[in-house]
Amino acid sequence: MKHTLAVLVENRPGVLTRIAGLFARRGYNIESLAVGHTEDPEISRITIVVDGDDRVIEQVTKQLHKLVEVIKLSDITQDQFVDRELVLVKVNADPNTRAEIMQIVDIFRARIVDIGRDSLIIEATGDSGKISAIETSLRPFGLREVVRTGKIAMVRGAKFKNGQG
Amino acid sequence: MRTLNGAQIVVESLKAEGVEVIFGYPGGAVLSLYDALYGEEEIKHILTRHEQGAVHAADGYARATGKCGVVFATSGPGATNLVTGIANAYMDSVPLVAITGQVASGLIGKDSFQEADITGITQPITKYSYLVKDVKDLARIMREAFHIATTGRPGPVVVDLPKDIAAAETEFIYPPEVNLPGYKYIYNGITANLTQAVKAVNQAERPVIYAGGGIIAAGAHEELIAFAEKINAPVTTTLMGKGAFPDVHPLALGMPGMHGTAYANYAITDSDLVIGLGVRFDDRVTGRLDMFAPNATIIHVDIDPAEISKNIRADIPLVGNVREVLADLLKEVEPRQHQAWLDKVEQWRRNHPLNYDQDNEVIKPQYVVEQICDITRGEAFIATEVGQNQMWAAQFYQCKYPRRFISSGGLGTMGFGLPAAIGVQLAHPDSVVFNIAGDGSIQMNSQEFATAVQYGLPIKVAILNNHYLGMVRQWQELFYDRRYSYTHMEGGPDFVKLAEAYGAQGMRVERPEDVRPALERAMAAPGTFVIEFIVDEEENVFPMVPAGGAINKMLGGGKR
Ligand SMILES: Cc1ncc(C[n+]2csc(CCOP(=O)(O)OP(=O)(O)O)c2C)c(N)n1
Repeated sequence: MKHTLAVLVENRPGVLTRIAGLFARRGYNIESLAVGHTEDPEISRITIVVDGDDRVIEQVTKQLHKLVEVIKLSDITQDQFVDRELVLVKVNADPNTRAEIMQIVDIFRARIVDIGRDSLIIEATGDSGKISAIETSLRPFGLREVVRTGKIAMVRGAKFKNGQG
Repeated sequence: MRTLNGAQIVVESLKAEGVEVIFGYPGGAVLSLYDALYGEEEIKHILTRHEQGAVHAADGYARATGKCGVVFATSGPGATNLVTGIANAYMDSVPLVAITGQVASGLIGKDSFQEADITGITQPITKYSYLVKDVKDLARIMREAFHIATTGRPGPVVVDLPKDIAAAETEFIYPPEVNLPGYKYIYNGITANLTQAVKAVNQAERPVIYAGGGIIAAGAHEELIAFAEKINAPVTTTLMGKGAFPDVHPLALGMPGMHGTAYANYAITDSDLVIGLGVRFDDRVTGRLDMFAPNATIIHVDIDPAEISKNIRADIPLVGNVREVLADLLKEVEPRQHQAWLDKVEQWRRNHPLNYDQDNEVIKPQYVVEQICDITRGEAFIATEVGQNQMWAAQFYQCKYPRRFISSGGLGTMGFGLPAAIGVQLAHPDSVVFNIAGDGSIQMNSQEFATAVQYGLPIKVAILNNHYLGMVRQWQELFYDRRYSYTHMEGGPDFVKLAEAYGAQGMRVERPEDVRPALERAMAAPGTFVIEFIVDEEENVFPMVPAGGAINKMLGGGKR
């Protein structure tokens, strides 16, 4: 099962390689990892999606906890959270298919952010399900490039506050 | 305010940490560091002959004292030569600070002369590492490095110091406190499970205590003895825990696992309660996981929460310092008897003892170890190499005290024993220190004979020369149809001459009756003394649990 971990870390050199390295050498499966700093520039927030059974997740969590930079770690899988991913898709688009593509973009409330001679770049945000649906819908036209950010997530309400409980 | 350069800050920080001895090897990137050491009286620097020797010596020093080991090396090849030793310390949770030189900041990342990304290379084998980027951070980093290395579950920390930063100057203030918001090593949450653990102990009919290196790290051996006696449970100690419980105690079962005693393995298998104390349920101990203590409740006490249920699911986990937890348990549990259970264990002990046959012809390696034990009354410091020699030392040296059996457990590093013995002897100049070695292992760091001689260290080296990489040969014999592929060590060196070449004394012993007199001579000698024992070439370590097998299914043991 996929778990979403929210990790607050001190912004020290090498913290990202330490986290990524830990996953690699202990044989855990990272689905995605997104990182950026929080309202406190000394502290970064990492959202990690990891696949594994309960025992694996338990170990992942404990091993991450051991890292000196990790201030707080929460498995928010069971919580109410908002998650988003951003995707940029460059799709083949000739005059005959453009209209149809624009319709799809509308349906998903995505945006066209660039128009080329025979291609479009589309930007979409949403949860993983929506992002995958857009990809599937656009695939028949020919996907040239797809870039996804990986998932970021935030627990609803006031439960998860940076820097403290 | 004192203005110092980076190198001086390192030295002052070491003094502030109470460091008395460091091990190292100089080079271009650490010239300032070595300059700062010049004429320094408070800190003794030991020049080894190889950086691997230096880091193992620092490791041995740390194991024998409980203090933090410190090692210096230059950038590039100096630093990479530390890698095995750092991994070794990491696997066995030994507190160590390695200070490496680095090329000047402006040259980093350009494949400069003698550049190696040592913080990157050692990342998976350190508890933490620093690349110093500003001399103003250095005192804080030193403070943090020692704090991290020595608290919680101890481990190695690397501080990589670029050459220009070692030369740059700043005010020196050693921070009185560390501020590491993410570094948690004190746990509470003990109380809830403590009640459960006490209940389990009070109710158990066939308890076994399984004690490891954590007992020694925490200084919990007295609590362990008191606890074992109060609940009258037999105690098995791992290789890392050897000495945590006296091998001569009536409740002692010796070592469990692959080369453990039959009675320890039977006891674990038949027990209804395994009390794991500062152990990590290593695969060399557990064997096949689903056959390990199949009917037992498992209590697991460890300071590192990540060890709980990593290999064996703990029914009652207790995260914390094992000494504190044991003290709490000791107060709460009821005194027990377990006579029937102890009788059964005693019967196994009688029927399946560790044994070997010493005849009049050829020396058995076990006999040498027994004689070393006898002549030192189980009170010497023993540093082992890796292989059969190590297992025989563990099986036949009856250790009375903690921190006196110094052996590479988790990594199994050949070449560890001699340099480790150097660190041990420096820490305990007046104690007897034996390095029990194989002919293969001793050749991995035999250059350190020179270090032992230079510093006048009276280390006794007992080489059990079977002319084989014995432990590998044993596996080839048992599992590869005696196809001894590249395990026969033919030719030299002549160890006696080798010892003499370094200025040590050496002698060769070929007959059983000469073993004891040779040991007596070595003990009486004032300096480094090497005895080469020519032993039975194809002697095996028994009992043996084949890798991945159930621990109560052992091979060998002769007259079982
Ligand atoms: C650095 C290193 N290389 C290889 C091994 C694999 N290994 C384990 S035991 C052993 C044989 C050791 O031979 P020796 O030192 O002669 O000791 P003996 O087993 O004969 O007592 C080897 C090669 C190891 N543990 N460490």
